[in-house]
Amino acid sequence: MSEVEVPVVQPGEAHELPPASSAEHVSVHERRVHQVVAMGGGDWAEVTARAAAEGQDDVMIINMGPQHPSTHGVLRLVVELKGEEVINLQPVVGYLHTGIEKSAEFRTWVQGVTFVTRMDYLAPIFNETAYCLATEKLLGIEPPPRATALRVLMMELNRISSHLVWLATTGLELGALSIMLYGFREREEILDILEDVTGLRMNHAWVRPAGVSQDLPDGTEDKIRAFVRDMRSKADEYETLLTNNPIWLERTRGIGYLSLDELIGLSTTGPMLRAAGLDHDLRKAQPYCGYEQYEFTVPTATGSDVYARYQVRLAEMRESLRIVEQVLDTLPGGPVMSEDPKIGWPAKLALGPDGLGNSPAHVQHIMGESMEALIHHFKQVTEGIKVPRGEVYVPIESPRGELGYHVISDGGNLPYRVHVRDPSFVNLQTGTPMSIGLLVADVIAAMSSIDPVLGGVDR
Amino acid sequence: MTEAAELDFQPPEALQPVLTGLRERFEDAIREVSGHRGEVVVELERDRLVEVCTWLRDHPAARFRLLASISGIDYLNYDDRPERLCADYNLYSFDHNIRIRLKVRVTVEDPHIPSVTGVWPGANFPEREAYDFFGIRFDGHPNLVRIHMPEDWKGYPQRKDYPLGGVDVEYIGAHIPPPDTRRYKGGWTST
Repeated sequence: MSEVEVPVVQPGEAHELPPASSAEHVSVHERRVHQVVAMGGGDWAEVTARAAAEGQDDVMIINMGPQHPSTHGVLRLVVELKGEEVINLQPVVGYLHTGIEKSAEFRTWVQGVTFVTRMDYLAPIFNETAYCLATEKLLGIEPPPRATALRVLMMELNRISSHLVWLATTGLELGALSIMLYGFREREEILDILEDVTGLRMNHAWVRPAGVSQDLPDGTEDKIRAFVRDMRSKADEYETLLTNNPIWLERTRGIGYLSLDELIGLSTTGPMLRAAGLDHDLRKAQPYCGYEQYEFTVPTATGSDVYARYQVRLAEMRESLRIVEQVLDTLPGGPVMSEDPKIGWPAKLALGPDGLGNSPAHVQHIMGESMEALIHHFKQVTEGIKVPRGEVYVPIESPRGELGYHVISDGGNLPYRVHVRDPSFVNLQTGTPMSIGLLVADVIAAMSSIDPVLGGVDR
Repeated sequence: MTEAAELDFQPPEALQPVLTGLRERFEDAIREVSGHRGEVVVELERDRLVEVCTWLRDHPAARFRLLASISGIDYLNYDDRPERLCADYNLYSFDHNIRIRLKVRVTVEDPHIPSVTGVWPGANFPEREAYDFFGIRFDGHPNLVRIHMPEDWKGYPQRKDYPLGGVDVEYIGAHIPPPDTRRYKGGWTST
């Protein structure tokens, strides 16, 4: 630790502002609005004491979460209620913090993929791709065209599966049980495809710096095409079930409204922003992975409420299906991993007769034929690649908004710093202004329309 | 502002008027304009940060209305400067479809940076995060408390001199050492 003692915030003073400077003046009102509630549970007495001191003995404070079925993970909402009306709501996060950013600094660049895929666990391919794009930008290389196309293919499938989970869980929370079953049913088909390609249903670590780890296995293209055909009619089914369903309309229309200016001010991105009428999508605005060659539209809505967000997400699934078809139609051939022996991962795994992953041809090559190849393999696996010094920020459009990787290298075989701008984390700030004035039941709809994934929020 | 402000690439055309405007108007506030891989980074004096940010948000040539991200960084042993801690602001302009990064660096002894929550309310959580992990004090932030770590946590875990912890195992005195000390004793460093 550093020699100079910087005051550490103690439990008792956790609610105090940092040492005052002349530039800093916060009114009592602002403090009241931004009153924090600590997560240890020791804050309870304080919250109630404050309520009593202010004569609000008709204000009830409840903890929704962190173990609550409708909080999409370990999100804790401290809700102040007057009757059934919400007068304040504070999201409290951190229950799932695992220090991924710090851990990544002690692993090689390739191992970093295994960490980042565990952040936003509903959109793992996006995390992997953004991290690898940042690494490649530092390296100054482009992956082979087939790898880029496969990344797009998998990202769009992943976007559909992520939106399906949103649709399913939000439906469940608002009492539409059928959509929950349907959503998870179709998601399962996507996870089957992802498992075919990567070996795992989630936490794939399939996208690697300079390419992807595996090519599509035989028959997967047909499977994806069949799914796309199927999914179109399934999306129609969802619309039949929900779009004009009076109960769904009652529960979602006008709930969780925020104006476009408020959303931009709160740094919101993704479907929430598009549901307020701004057609901002990084795939169009600042294309990456060759998105400019695919034809798709950016769906928008104007309601900026839960219903508008539902419309946008449903339309996005259809657009993703279009992209998936185009990728399959134009899939280029060639390798899926850079063939530069100093950068590309050497081994291509194949399923051996014993059911284990191995590559007899590769083993034969390095053990029997080429000393060079053996050395490269050994250096790659033990030490990893070296990435030139520099720092980059790479944003991509994840299902929840702008997913940005700020990656710094000092020229070594480990990242110097990996900072993740996770859209769930930033979008969660809209929870408070959206919920004030709502009824408790509507808070659930409003918070769920953010689509927060706490693995991404807490990292 | 240093004269070594030459970029080794041509910044996007829409960014030129922003850089010119910044240089004209805030010449004494800019420490350095640098860039890497096509990204333009402007390092600022911390006292002028809010002023520059407001200008960047409101000026018609800039209109950086979205504060995309704030990254806390600890540059210990990265370069020789005593200002170890850094807040890196990533701004995006919907109108001109450009990005710019701002940097403010401070020392560990005086880790104060003015908060930009008054310019972009969305800076609230990201600043709390940078405070939590790096101990950067964002003066004027309405509610600067830890966000991810428990509120009674000691120290700032993502600083470079904050050690990784090992894991105690429930087996006669067994202990899994931190990953950086495991097998590559003395040899497992970043460079």
